[in-house]
Amino acid sequence: MLKDTDRIYQNLYGQKDWKLAAARARGDWENTADIIARGRDALIEEMKASGMRGRGGAGFPTGMKWSFMPKQSDGRPSYLVINADESEPGTCKDRDIMRNEPHKLIEGALIASFAMGANKAFIYIRGEYYNEALVLQAAIDEAYEAGLLGKNAAGAGWDFDLVLQRGAGAYICGEESAMLESLEGKKGMPRMKPPFPAAMGLYGCPTTVNNVETIAGVPTIMRRGAAWFAGLGRPKNAGTKIFCISGHVNNPCNVEEELGIPLRELIEKHAGGVRGGWDNLQAIIPGGASSPVLNKAMCDTQLMDFDSLAAVKSMMGSGAIIVMDKSVDVVKAIWRLSKFFKHESCGQCTPCREGTGWMMRQMDRIVQNRASLADIQLLEQVTTQVAGHTICAFGEAASWPIQGMMRAFRPEVEARAIDYHASNQARAAE
Amino acid sequence: MAKLTIDGIEVEVPNGSTVIQACEAAGVEIPRFCYHERLSIAGNCRMCLVEIEKMPPKPVASCGQPVADGMVVHTDSEMVRKGRRGVMEFLLINHPLDCPICDQGGECDLQDEAVAYGRDHSRYEDGKRSVAQPDWGPLVKTTMTRCIHCTRCIRFTTEVAGVAELGATQRGEETKVGTYVQKALTSELSGNIIDLCPVGALTSKPYAFTARPWELRKTDSIDVLDALGSNIRIDARGAEVLRILPRINDDVNEEWLGDKSRFSVDGLKRRRLDRPWIRENGKLRPASWEEAFAAIAAKVKATSPAKMGALAGDLADVESMLALKGFFAGLGSKNIDCRIDGSNFDTSKRAFYLFNTTVAGIEDADALLIIGSNPRHEAPVLNARIRKRWLAGGFKIGMIGNVADLTYKFDHLGEGPEAIQALLNGSHAFADVLKNAARPMVILGAGALAGPEGGGVHAAAWKLAAQFNMLTPEWHGFNLLHHAASRVGALDLGFLPVEGALDAKAMLSGAADVLWLLGADAEAVRGIPANTFVIYQGHHGDAGAARADVILPGAAYTEKDGTYVNTEGRVQQGYAAVKPPGDAREDWRILRAISAYLGHALPYDNLEQLRDYLKAEYSVFGEEFRRFAGTDAAGPAGASATGSTIFRPLLPNYYQTDVISRSSPTMAACVAAHYPALAEAAE
Amino acid sequence: MSSTHANPTSFAFTEANMKLVEKAIKKYPEGRQMSAVKSLLDLAQRQMGAQTGSIWLPRAAMDKVAEILGVAPMRVYEVATFYTMFNLQPVGKYHLQVCTTTPCWLRGSDDIVRACKAASGVKNFGETSEDGVFTLKEVECLGACVNAPILQVNDDYYEDMDAARVEALLNDLRAGKPLPPAGSLGGRQSSAPASGQTSLVSAPGSAE
Repeated sequence: MLKDTDRIYQNLYGQKDWKLAAARARGDWENTADIIARGRDALIEEMKASGMRGRGGAGFPTGMKWSFMPKQSDGRPSYLVINADESEPGTCKDRDIMRNEPHKLIEGALIASFAMGANKAFIYIRGEYYNEALVLQAAIDEAYEAGLLGKNAAGAGWDFDLVLQRGAGAYICGEESAMLESLEGKKGMPRMKPPFPAAMGLYGCPTTVNNVETIAGVPTIMRRGAAWFAGLGRPKNAGTKIFCISGHVNNPCNVEEELGIPLRELIEKHAGGVRGGWDNLQAIIPGGASSPVLNKAMCDTQLMDFDSLAAVKSMMGSGAIIVMDKSVDVVKAIWRLSKFFKHESCGQCTPCREGTGWMMRQMDRIVQNRASLADIQLLEQVTTQVAGHTICAFGEAASWPIQGMMRAFRPEVEARAIDYHASNQARAAE
Repeated sequence: MAKLTIDGIEVEVPNGSTVIQACEAAGVEIPRFCYHERLSIAGNCRMCLVEIEKMPPKPVASCGQPVADGMVVHTDSEMVRKGRRGVMEFLLINHPLDCPICDQGGECDLQDEAVAYGRDHSRYEDGKRSVAQPDWGPLVKTTMTRCIHCTRCIRFTTEVAGVAELGATQRGEETKVGTYVQKALTSELSGNIIDLCPVGALTSKPYAFTARPWELRKTDSIDVLDALGSNIRIDARGAEVLRILPRINDDVNEEWLGDKSRFSVDGLKRRRLDRPWIRENGKLRPASWEEAFAAIAAKVKATSPAKMGALAGDLADVESMLALKGFFAGLGSKNIDCRIDGSNFDTSKRAFYLFNTTVAGIEDADALLIIGSNPRHEAPVLNARIRKRWLAGGFKIGMIGNVADLTYKFDHLGEGPEAIQALLNGSHAFADVLKNAARPMVILGAGALAGPEGGGVHAAAWKLAAQFNMLTPEWHGFNLLHHAASRVGALDLGFLPVEGALDAKAMLSGAADVLWLLGADAEAVRGIPANTFVIYQGHHGDAGAARADVILPGAAYTEKDGTYVNTEGRVQQGYAAVKPPGDAREDWRILRAISAYLGHALPYDNLEQLRDYLKAEYSVFGEEFRRFAGTDAAGPAGASATGSTIFRPLLPNYYQTDVISRSSPTMAACVAAHYPALAEAAE
Repeated sequence: MSSTHANPTSFAFTEANMKLVEKAIKKYPEGRQMSAVKSLLDLAQRQMGAQTGSIWLPRAAMDKVAEILGVAPMRVYEVATFYTMFNLQPVGKYHLQVCTTTPCWLRGSDDIVRACKAASGVKNFGETSEDGVFTLKEVECLGACVNAPILQVNDDYYEDMDAARVEALLNDLRAGKPLPPAGSLGGRQSSAPASGQTSLVSAPGSAE
């Protein structure tokens, strides 16, 4: 188990004060100017060496992402945008960072922005996190007052402004280009890529979008060194990660653990185990709503990191673990996600606008035990007509839960259709 | 340049092009619904999917994908076909299959592509989405249940028309394209969204359930309801013109058309003059051509040529004006004029009265001064070109005249000639804008030239052009924006009184005993004194016919082959789509006939001979159109205007400006919708 | 308080809110004032709440926001209808927003919905109780899943809910009591395991 001393978020649960003085006592804002004095290239190299992969879901190497930003400005400013639109069902980790450790995020924003040549960063927080936004804004305000933000931020010789913008209720704004649109005051509709944000992002300027947990981890990595971070976790899956364990466990919770921890160990050590014992486990969604579901057999040996989950055609995603015991109708649990995706489709492009509703309606049939085998086959085909044909990755996100369900629970799903067929036959015979 | 291989065909396209453009260059057609060359790229329909080698193994929307050197594109692979079939199926699950009662039938992109990518049955068994049908005013009929959310209409109104009234509200399946609040569209270009809509969501309200496209006879022609000379296609069935659509001409109207030009067609069927009339005892009675000619002959023979005159109206074609001029020359009269609006300025050089920059040339300009014009009303498609240039940035616009929403921002410099003086003497800051511009242009509106100071305004505007770098060996920035389609042609023909002859003003106020009105229907004709014998030749019972002593029924622009010269000086041919109604005849033929009747037969017997004569006499009609440079800076005669007269709007409203649009119930409905005060006053 | 709310024909920000409007716009680069649109709409509906007791966004307020930002009203309508947090219809004094997405559903959100309906008197989602006190809405994942199920009342999350807690809360609110502090109504420390922390249990302040 990860040592407490190796946990980045010492105040994850808000046991202590979030304010500046308390944060400083935990080591935040210590010699920030010295870190910045190492220079842009050194910071990016440090980030690369740490092996940090984006904590928002896609797991793209953070240092490499930073290196895509222009070294020299062509006259346009560069921006860092911090994705705090935490909306992937099952995920609630950034919430804890923002309300309990806001200064890690603010300091990380300064260091990361300097590394990317940005004098301004935006944090886009989901609108429903009203109280979290109040805390974060208060933390930003006290950082300004203390000279940690603004002109010559933290005495590091770098001018830096940090703006908090609240969303207003739209999951899709967690998609980076939709977030940029929303920041600009438009509907959160994803942009076509190319151009990529690093070339043309917010207001048409070079932009990097990073997750809250990615940025909040930066100061600690810079202080303790890339080697420390890289030494945790597994090869290519370095460091620690906040996991959100929800659903049918005895003690749902957030917890920071090492990447690569066995799923069962994670649940039993921190979440009090599966309700009714491990053998009562039926299924786990391992990385937020869009990650394909695992059946119990898969869960028994599963390690929790990017590559181990990709190996079973699922995803690490945001680290949100949704546990289902044997009392659950898994199809209904996945149907509810289909309903979620239908509700959250921005409606811009055809396959998603029309396909998410169709997928949900086909799922209705299975849930209500009125789907034939052909209906199930049609559903699978519709998922393939959506995924890979849309402007953004929402098409995949909406399709994968269903595809995962069919991979992990095909016999169970098909049995319902066979029963339906049999009952029809029986009725016809009467 | 980037070299690509499309389905094995090698093409080279400029860097910055998109893959769909490269496919077109290779002659490979890509299905699309949202993509449109003249609108921003949306990428939302996903129909234009192609497969590109060495990219992630999924289909790519070709409309938004920039080309790269060495790209290998497949447009008909299994992946592409499967992708497009999937998209088509999604589009159809919520699209009502009501093609039999849909006006788009037969010219529907969705219908056409469904043939290639559709299934023979629907796999979607749930209920289809149904959406309310909002009222967008008298022109555009909405059936939003058919909408496939391509957003072309939104992008057109926002980008091209500059009137952001349409949007997509809500989201996901519930997304609705519309105005959100109940209202009629206010753009003068709104009809173009009917053409742009790839399905039957937006159709023509006046044309609803009128015809199927395959029933229509299509004739290419030229619009005459403003002076831009938009290229149009006239669709007719039998003897009736059913609709008018724009034709692509990048130099003139791109592919847009103003609402008046598109929707006035129902005015072509109403208040038509379909037989000759003679006034007897104060009342008009139907007559034969013979009777009408006899009445004219009797009057003409009894009148001295110096007391006879002719006026050409705003819709006249060059051929009929040429014939009228020739006819009057044969009678010995030089009293001819085309400036029924009373304008009087130096037209001794063609550059003095043309839109010299050219319409396409607006895109090369870097500063603009508008004097006494509302281009949005006087030539909405040209106005869209100004907006296009403005959107591209680095284009400051100044305006002298009545403040109006022109769909772009401008500095208002004043309301009359004194504001021009303020630029000439450098006392207004906008003078610096013009001074610092490399290719500035001025647009002088017909409204500014109509008053008694018109000549002075004209001279002052030219002076401005000369002073501010608008007349150079590379650039001509002096422009007149006419409103009458006939005007430039008439000026090219010299349809003007020579020294000592009667001008329009004199003829209209009793100086002529016999006055021939060729489609001249300005308000002023109503006041012609009673002692003047008025012959009205034209196609609508309007102001001219009401005052006439003899009426000769002519042909509307859709009923005759005719030449028109647009405000740029571009000579264009219109063609007859239908025959004139009843006893009405093509106008030049009427004049040819009466000239023979009176013993001064014109020297041509058919249109070909007439046109040969025209080109021989007036070389400009035989020349290819080109842009001229401002090498000759010598300006118009006369002193510059300095007064404080206020430039008045030329048109009281956009929709009713001539005999055809005044006869159109659709245009009347537009006036009622957009100018309720005017509509009430008319009642 | 009246349970019906007239649709106002005009809207103006109060002087105090106008200062906040200016502050919100100033956060963004010159010419990018549209970035403040969601802030302004949020402010407008909060002002409606303060003035009328119903936190909602009438069209007049959207038009005012468009005017302040110098954009076509259509661009504001698009934004206001796209995001779920703008109430385009009047709502009750307490806007009950029940998350029913899978993590909450697994922890009994069906019970929460039933309890909300029973205690508020609201029969269906989207409706307001006859006394105008409660409006009930089904919402998607609120992002507090390890504290599921969640009932959001106006701005505040109430976590670790069950039917009894819903009933007690709503009865208190109807009786005119103020909203309790947001957070777990089960008494646990934010997102830590209910049985006590399993991490960060070493001696306090021993991080380094």
